Amino acid sequence: MLFRQWRFFLVALLLSLPLFGIIGCTSQQSLKDEIKITVWHWMTDREAAFKELAKRYEEKTDVKVLFELYAPSDAYSQKIRAAAQGTNLPDLFGILGEKRDFGAFIKAGHVLDLTSYMDENNAAWRNSFFSKALAVNEFAADNTYGVNTGVYAVPIDIMTIQMVYNKDLLKALGLNPNKPVLTFQEFIDIGKKVKENNMQGLVSGWGEVWMIDCLANNYAFNIMGKDKVLATIKGEVPYTDPDWITVFGLFKKMQESGILANGLVTMVNKTAEQLFANNKAVFAFNGSWCVNVYKGMSPNLNYGVMLPPQASDKYPMAIWGGAGSSFMVNARSKRKEEAVKFLKWLTDIDQQAYLSETTNNLPANKNSLGKIPPVLSSFAKGMDYATHPNVWGVTEFSAVIEAFDKGIQSIIIGEKTPEQVAAEVQRIKEREMNKRKNR
Amino acid sequence: MIKFKAALENYVFVLPAVIIFSIFYVIPFLWVFQLGMFEWDGILPTKIFVGLGNFKEILFQDTDWWRSIWNAGYITMIALIFQNTLAFLLAWACDREIRMKNFYRVIFFIPPVLSEVVVGMAWRYIINDVDGANIINKMLVSIGLPQLVHSWLNEPKTALTTVALVHCWKGFGWGFLIFLAGLQTIPKELYEAARVDGANAWHSFKNVTIPLMIPVVVLVAILTVLGTMQVFVLIIGLVGGEFAGHTSVPVLRILASMRYSSRFGYACAQGITFGAILVVISFIQYRFSKRAKV
Amino acid sequence: MKTALYYRTKKFAINSIVHLFLISVSITCLYPLLWMVSASLKTQEGIFKDLSLWPRQFHFENYVFAWKEGGFGGNFVNSVLYTVSVVIGIIIVSSMAAYAFSRLRFPGRNILFYTFMAAMMIPIPGSFVALYVLLNKLGLRNTPIGYILAMVNVGLSTSIFLLKTFFDKMPKELEDAARIDGCSKLGIWWHVALPLAKPVLAVVVVFNALNVWNEYILALIIFDDRKFMPLQVALQTFQGEFVTNYPLLMAGLTITALPIIIVYLLMQKYIIKGVTAGAVVG
Repeated sequence: MLFRQWRFFLVALLLSLPLFGIIGCTSQQSLKDEIKITVWHWMTDREAAFKELAKRYEEKTDVKVLFELYAPSDAYSQKIRAAAQGTNLPDLFGILGEKRDFGAFIKAGHVLDLTSYMDENNAAWRNSFFSKALAVNEFAADNTYGVNTGVYAVPIDIMTIQMVYNKDLLKALGLNPNKPVLTFQEFIDIGKKVKENNMQGLVSGWGEVWMIDCLANNYAFNIMGKDKVLATIKGEVPYTDPDWITVFGLFKKMQESGILANGLVTMVNKTAEQLFANNKAVFAFNGSWCVNVYKGMSPNLNYGVMLPPQASDKYPMAIWGGAGSSFMVNARSKRKEEAVKFLKWLTDIDQQAYLSETTNNLPANKNSLGKIPPVLSSFAKGMDYATHPNVWGVTEFSAVIEAFDKGIQSIIIGEKTPEQVAAEVQRIKEREMNKRKNR
Repeated sequence: MIKFKAALENYVFVLPAVIIFSIFYVIPFLWVFQLGMFEWDGILPTKIFVGLGNFKEILFQDTDWWRSIWNAGYITMIALIFQNTLAFLLAWACDREIRMKNFYRVIFFIPPVLSEVVVGMAWRYIINDVDGANIINKMLVSIGLPQLVHSWLNEPKTALTTVALVHCWKGFGWGFLIFLAGLQTIPKELYEAARVDGANAWHSFKNVTIPLMIPVVVLVAILTVLGTMQVFVLIIGLVGGEFAGHTSVPVLRILASMRYSSRFGYACAQGITFGAILVVISFIQYRFSKRAKV
Repeated sequence: MKTALYYRTKKFAINSIVHLFLISVSITCLYPLLWMVSASLKTQEGIFKDLSLWPRQFHFENYVFAWKEGGFGGNFVNSVLYTVSVVIGIIIVSSMAAYAFSRLRFPGRNILFYTFMAAMMIPIPGSFVALYVLLNKLGLRNTPIGYILAMVNVGLSTSIFLLKTFFDKMPKELEDAARIDGCSKLGIWWHVALPLAKPVLAVVVVFNALNVWNEYILALIIFDDRKFMPLQVALQTFQGEFVTNYPLLMAGLTITALPIIIVYLLMQKYIIKGVTAGAVVG
């Protein structure tokens, strides 16, 4: 009895499969008639805004723009890489990850060189952007990636990663809610008060190691200056240098002072955002995208933005900032020109203002900073101090970065000392350098 | 001649499986296998041939890799001992004539059905103190054992075990199901015969149930090892990642090679090594089952 | 009198302990499910403020939102179609192969079986990219049939392994009887082996249904057309890079968990009835 039913299913299935094929065929027919640009993106919270902009563009120019969302971002990256293997990339797409991968895509011939478009009309397009935003998507002369000089992608927003502080909780601790914490010593002194009051101090997604890297790097710039940091990456300065040990030591001091929240090392950034949004943490280390997140979870959250507290007076504090999300054009696309035109429109003043208003992200267009909430403009002010690994022209070996970040995690959970971590990182650095030499 | 025709007929049975397998497994496998001998970032058309270099690196230099294997092995041991014993006991309990059998059968299968993402989120909420409800610790205090209170997911010593236990919770439903199916296929007549011969509950368990269930136990053990060694989504949900190496597992290392270091060839080599380890373990288990069969 | 009471009390005591054991395990199983459902009925603002299991307000509209915004309609049908086709495909292909490995003789039988076993044990990392390239070359990328065949392969080895283990335990007398009655090999497979293996087949159905139903990475990578996407891909729209809409995500996950539970409910009947009603030793 069971199998008679299954036989029926089988027949029904075999009959229905051709239907799929027919549906597939007919949709391809209609594609040939109209101009259509396909965009693959990963930004879930901007999907609605993108679709609205696509509608406006179609009304204006009769060109159809199809935004396809593929989330989460890991899955998006995999899809892009698979499509690149099969040369099935869409007209417009983005690459998440390091500059080295970006460079590889360009060298493989997947990405259109946009420099000529940027420099048309007295560099009109180029000058509409914050220079730091464009720098992330640019390859300078004599870069170490082997890519021809030029601009290869366009930013559609900018972001900075700084610290936020909860004004209500600071008041509860007896501190001035309107004066941000300026020095590192002040910062860790607050740690004692936080512990006494059974509160959580700093939260951040330090289970996701890159955020540790960001803060550590910020302090490295502060303590030894940009040139020494880059020299270390180039291999000219060892990680066992006293300045680096000071950097590692900062994390030890933070842990001992009690300013770090419990379980910081197993937190993903989303958890950290929940905690801060719900008034459970006094500080958070997060990027400007958090404005949209906090607004959704807790619209009345009373918070401010500040640079990470300075640990040294010798060099200025640095933060990471630059382009948030960027799009590039498929060099093999049959609709290259149309795609570039659309990008120009998307990064124009009005569209950037629209995106910024609806999604609470900072616009990439200099002239669109009109109507953004005050908290967001505080993030924008930080751009003056911003740098980004993608603009340095050199990249550290990923094995070294991994040892570096995991080492700091070990310091925070009290398993290793700063000196041990420094020695370990240097050991891996030397191993990687030898590997390259012997090849 | 007749034998040849019979063999040909028999081949027809395995033909569809072999065809699908050859196309969708063998070809990708060969591709990955030969990629293990290259240094490739997954994007550029150029690949650098390094022969056995990747494998040498994995065997002699990659301490993170072997730590991840050790961690996965630890979780698997806990699964084999704790999870499967639990599953067997539950299956045996539900095999008897008791009330609410159907209810239990449905309830126990809920954990496997839930996505690992939800399981990670829910259990982190249950266990964790800062961003959760801290239920476990509260229970320990209320039954008078405050000295056992720990930050289970955040302390290096307890994190891995906690993850292993949550994994057991998610996995026992499968063992339960297979053990139950196995227990059901033992003909009732055998139990009758045993009782007629004067055996009590323990004897019939020892002489009827266990011998007939050995192949099933081994089957579940092999599947448990294979499934548990590949755990990773749960770890991200519970502790955010590798927790300074304390909760590293092989799949996370392979993913790190692929995405973080952009060393696709090396990741393939790691995958092949991982597969080889699993094959050896499973082979040992299978041989053991053959020998233990009556 | 005394001894009867003794046995009754003993049985009662044992049963109570067993029940206590079963109930405590059940509670741990139910709690996360209740947590998920409870989260799905709260709001994005309130979800981390209202920490109790019983929501202060019940927002059933989350389910309607999740259904509409997640584009569940068409994707749901896709998932059902893929799951059914893959499960049927695997049942037929793997049971035939498992029967052959267990009961039929042909040269290379053992080697072939061990190859399938090895495949089960060697996971291929980055297999998604390999499959993508392969399907592309075959012209089957971005087609349902390509996805279905790839998914059939995924469950093949384990299903063959499960079925062969049970076919090995099958009493030979029934097959011999059927053969004497003039049944062909295919006939034996269809009329004797499969009905006897109902409990295992039910396990295979549930196992593969769960895998296909929850799969999303391969679908996301191979399909370019929205209309082919299964449910899990649609669900990801709630888990953004920065903002996760938790209540909608939980509502979506609850909706997604239901069909599998239904499949399981249907199949577990066969696991019970299985052999007792099936074969009659003739």
